[in-house]
Amino acid sequence: MTKQQANWSPYDNNGGTCVAIAGADYCVIAADTRMSTGYNILTRDYSKIIQLADKSVMASSGFQADVRALQKVLAARHLIYQHQHNKQMSCPAMAQLLSNTLYYKRFFPYYAFNVLGGLDSEGKGCVFTYDAVGSYERVGYSSQGSGSTLITPFLDNQLKSPSPLLLPAKDAVTPLSESEAIDLVKTCFASATERDIYTGDKLEIVILNASGLRREYMELRKD
Amino acid sequence: MNVADSSPAPAMNNLLASNADSQRTLYPYVTGTSVVGIKYKDGILLAADMGGSYGSTLRYKTVERLKSVGKHSIIGASGEISDFQEIMRYLDELILYDNMWDDGNSLGPKEVHNYLTRVMYNRRNKFNPLWNSLVLGGVKNGQKYLGTVNMIGVHYEDDHVATGFGNHLARPILRDEWHENLTFEEGVKLLEKCMRVLLYRDRSAVNKLQIARITQDGVKVFPPYSLKTFWNFNAFQNPTVGAEGSW
Repeated sequence: MTKQQANWSPYDNNGGTCVAIAGADYCVIAADTRMSTGYNILTRDYSKIIQLADKSVMASSGFQADVRALQKVLAARHLIYQHQHNKQMSCPAMAQLLSNTLYYKRFFPYYAFNVLGGLDSEGKGCVFTYDAVGSYERVGYSSQGSGSTLITPFLDNQLKSPSPLLLPAKDAVTPLSESEAIDLVKTCFASATERDIYTGDKLEIVILNASGLRREYMELRKD
Repeated sequence: MNVADSSPAPAMNNLLASNADSQRTLYPYVTGTSVVGIKYKDGILLAADMGGSYGSTLRYKTVERLKSVGKHSIIGASGEISDFQEIMRYLDELILYDNMWDDGNSLGPKEVHNYLTRVMYNRRNKFNPLWNSLVLGGVKNGQKYLGTVNMIGVHYEDDHVATGFGNHLARPILRDEWHENLTFEEGVKLLEKCMRVLLYRDRSAVNKLQIARITQDGVKVFPPYSLKTFWNFNAFQNPTVGAEGSW
């Protein structure tokens, strides 16, 4: 008998877009809440953002089941860290842990595209951006996921961050104020949702600063 | 060398699994089609037909695809029937072992759904999936719960869910017509509307369905029944009339 179906695949792409922007004393992490497969919308209200420690927040798109597994591993590892060190993990430490966790599955990767945002030990905003197998870099802003092709050039244009090749190294944090950064994120998603079918329904924005963590929401296109 | 000859597919197959000597579900045998589930005023309603397809052959006509799990949950399954029966063995054991603690605690729908999520994802990690899409509904401590999980571990909660064809045909109806305060009668009516559309357009659907209800007062799987259908539309009468080469 000839084969009737496509070969089974352990992966799926559930779409979604993530953005993070670091400022001098804040960090903004945002993602839409749509979960899709192919041309189907599975649900309009699935949060892609998780708080991993007091001052680290991760937004992930890609394959939802892998993302959830990754979040569970990181949560468990952070719990162990708290028991061993009696403190919260710093954002740069969490960034390294995330990289190692992704690379651990180098030959059967987590199909997850992450941005990690938070505040470093000096209270400065930081953003780390990843690929699926754990390469990462500290940057001033980043976008990942299905809408990243639309958003990244826009952010490049608006934020003109100093080249990482400059010597002596310049801070990558953006010069925007917190409210300007939030507005910029909203604009990014309002544009991305017009052209990317995997971005929409609702935008969830997490703002981290010295006074703690705050959430904002904005409705997006539902079609 | 022709570029088309150097396809990476065979090497990929060897990397992922040697198909010849392993016992894995690489494709399903007997399958059930869509399950539709909704929240309503007092709890959860699930609907599924009773067909079991062997490819495109309608092989079984009395397959119960809605089952109760413990005191607070119901499960609905589409996909490979034998894998569903295996899942029911897992769940019955889970509930039994939980009962044996005799501590007055019991697993709720959230716990059962989470368990299923891990089982499904674990099996996909072993390249040996349970070939199902599952819907899990329940009520515990006045909290309604409705979630779903598929064979690769993708899972979510929503006010209404559907598997397979239901995602294409039933959920648009549910998005239009579902609301929080549906009564039981309205809920059943809405499910029947969905199931009727599926019956008309999903070739593996059969006109014998079950509805299951769960509320604070417990689980009830209703006896199977049929939907009223209407096939006398003009276009159905003789669709090929006048078409050349047909009778």
